[in-house]
Parts: sequence; C-alpha cells; structure tokens
Amino acid sequence: MDAIKSATREFIGKYVRNRELADSDDLFASGFVNSLFVMQLVMFVESELATPVADEDLQMDNFRSVDAVAAFVARKAAATPAA
Amino acid sequence: MSGTGKTVKCLVWDLDHTVWDGVLLEDGQVTLRPGVADAIRTLDERGILHSIASRNDHAAAMARLEELGLAEYFLHPQINWGAKSASVRSVAEALNIGLDAVAFIDDQPFERDEVAFELPQVRCLDAAELPALTRMPELMPRFATEDSRRRREMYRADQVRKDAEERFDGAQDEFLARLDMRFEIAPAGESDLQRAEELTVRTNQLNTTGVTYSYEELDAFRTSDRHLLLTAALTDRYGPYGTIGLALVETGEEDWHLRLLLMSCRVMSRGVGTVLINHVKRRARDAGARLIADFVPTDRNRMMLVSFRFNGFEEISREDGLVRFAADLSSIPPDPAYLDVLAG
Repeated sequence: MDAIKSATREFIGKYVRNRELADSDDLFASGFVNSLFVMQLVMFVESELATPVADEDLQMDNFRSVDAVAAFVARKAAATPAA
Repeated sequence: MSGTGKTVKCLVWDLDHTVWDGVLLEDGQVTLRPGVADAIRTLDERGILHSIASRNDHAAAMARLEELGLAEYFLHPQINWGAKSASVRSVAEALNIGLDAVAFIDDQPFERDEVAFELPQVRCLDAAELPALTRMPELMPRFATEDSRRRREMYRADQVRKDAEERFDGAQDEFLARLDMRFEIAPAGESDLQRAEELTVRTNQLNTTGVTYSYEELDAFRTSDRHLLLTAALTDRYGPYGTIGLALVETGEEDWHLRLLLMSCRVMSRGVGTVLINHVKRRARDAGARLIADFVPTDRNRMMLVSFRFNGFEEISREDGLVRFAADLSSIPPDPAYLDVLAG
C-alpha cells in the first residue's frame, strides 16, 4: 500500500506543482482536470500498478487523490483471484 | 492504393531514386526527379505534411536537400541505417498522428513490403506513381483552408514548444502557466466551415462520436436556430494553433444535446477540451436546459470518455454502441487560471 502511494505521489508530482500534496488532497479541486493528465493517470494505474481500469471504473472517486488510487488498486486486487 | 480511404496527413519519402535520381553516396550532386518539387509544394499547400525515411548519411542528405531548396518541407526526417518501418513509426509518433494517416513512397519493392508488413495501416506507394501523386484521392483533401496552408508552420511551432516543454524543469501545470494561452470560443461563421469539416474528417482520437459532417450539413447547423455550432481556437506565446476545436449542440427547449465534440490532438495536453465542455454546460444552464451528450466508443477515443466521466457527466443510457451522458449543471468548475478564455 505504501509503495503504491509513493509511486502515485511521484507520478502526480510530474504534472501538478504542489509538492506538498497530502495523500487525501483532492486533485480535481484545483481545476486541473486536464484530460491528458487523467488519461495518463489511468494508464499509470494500468501499466505501473498492474491494475486494469474498465470503462465503469473511470470515476472521479477512484482517481481523486493518492488515497483514492491506492484504495482502488487494493479493491481491484481483492476482487481478482491471484493468477 | 491500399488503406482505409482516409485522408493522408503525412507523406514519408525515400530519397535515393525517389526524391532524386541516383544514389547520394555515389554522386553528391544528385538532381531531383522531375515533378518531385512540384508535388511536394502542391501537397504542402493542401496541408499534407512531408517527412523522410531514408537509409543515408543524415548530414549529407540534409545538406543536399538544403541545396535543392526542399529541406524546410520535411518534418522530423528519419535518415539513418535502421528499418524504414521504424522510421515511419517514429514520424507518426513525433507528429502524433495515426499510422493510417501516413503514406510512404519508395522505389524499392523490398522497402515497401517491409513497411507494409510491419505497419499494415500505412499506405505504400511506388515512386513510379509520382506523376499521379497529386491526383490521388487520399492526397486530395476537399478544401485547402487557412489552417491547412499553415499546417507545416504550426507543426514547427509545436516542435519548438515541445522542446521547451522537455527542457522545462518543473511540473506540467507550471509549464502551461507560462504559455500565455488564449482560448477563443465563437459561433462558427461561414468562413469557418471548411476548417470545421476538415476537423471532423481529420480528428479521430479526441472525437466523441466519430461522425463526419459535410460542409453543407455544417452550414445547415450554423444557420439553424435549433443548433449551436461552436469553433475554438488557441494561441500561445509560440504562435497560433489555429482552429482546434468544434462543438455541435442541438438546442431543444428542455434538453440541449451535445452531438459532437472534438479537439485536435495537437492540444491534447492543454486542458482546453474541458474548457469547451464547461462553456457549453454554462450556456445550457443559462438557457434552463439539461445537457445530454452523445458518445460512440471507438478504439481511439477513450480520452473523450475520460473527458466526460471526469467532468460531471453520468451515463444515462447505452445501446447499439451509442452511450448517452447527462451533465451535472449544479456545479460547473471555473476555467483554469493558466489560460484566458474569450467567448463570443
């Protein structure tokens, strides 16, 4: 969980200037809802965090903060039996 | 010519025996094949970009192209000893266009076969077809608009921008704040229609429905009092991007219906799609209407799905490949501080 959070924090840091980003901070509150950023965040979750994102998972609540991404990844992992 | 029949956005040229007669490494004074310079200039004016995939010495080839007065026409030339399919792919990536919008011209059957095998979407042309090149339907966009005539220049400005972005040591939103972007939204005028049609034909990735509209259809929407046809243009400190966005809204009494929203892929990272969506939302809200949006998923436009789902749209129906969203108009975010929005 901590590894997921720190990887996510680092990824977001490339796009958003707030270096002091808290894990619970709402990324979308600032108006920085750049579709490319969101798409890259989705692709980051899919490739780097090895968590497939279905169309119905494309919800702000799953990507709203570092905490939300970590919770989403954990939920998906729990729902998928280990291969 | 194989391929999908879509308009070619970039023609990638071989050099030896294709652009010029002979082999540069054997004859430093090679001369152009008849018709090459005219074809390049004609296609350039139509807004078709040119690039190069050649096995040659980069410096020598560029120097000769400079002497022949053609160097400026080629964007992201790939002159190296690698496979041509890799070069063609690099060009498409550098220009951010699909491989199905790329054509490749070479005199060697081996090279054409290699590209066709690795990249089946690319249209491969024999250099012998040169005399007919400018009459091929895929190389004849219906209109040459102001934006298409300036396309090469705009891509060059994009290159400068991208270099600046890569050198920039900071987060992406800080870079955006330095661009001094001005985003102008206005109802389409008659003079915008050719570009509007061109956008519907050229835009695949950032397109909510993939429907293409003809000039005549767009003109009918423009003059209809039950429709709103908006164009969006973007400028920054590096120069104009041209008209890069289009929205078509059917303005009913109770429901406003966003039939089409598209943005040029050149502005993918600028956050302006959201600004245009929010502009339409505000107008719908001010008219006291709901806002419904059509979405037709393709294998290319997932980013537009993201744009809706992360901008307060909820799915309300899904049938036969058509998804409908309804917008939450109760809270519409302000436009980002990093750009100026002018709405006419």
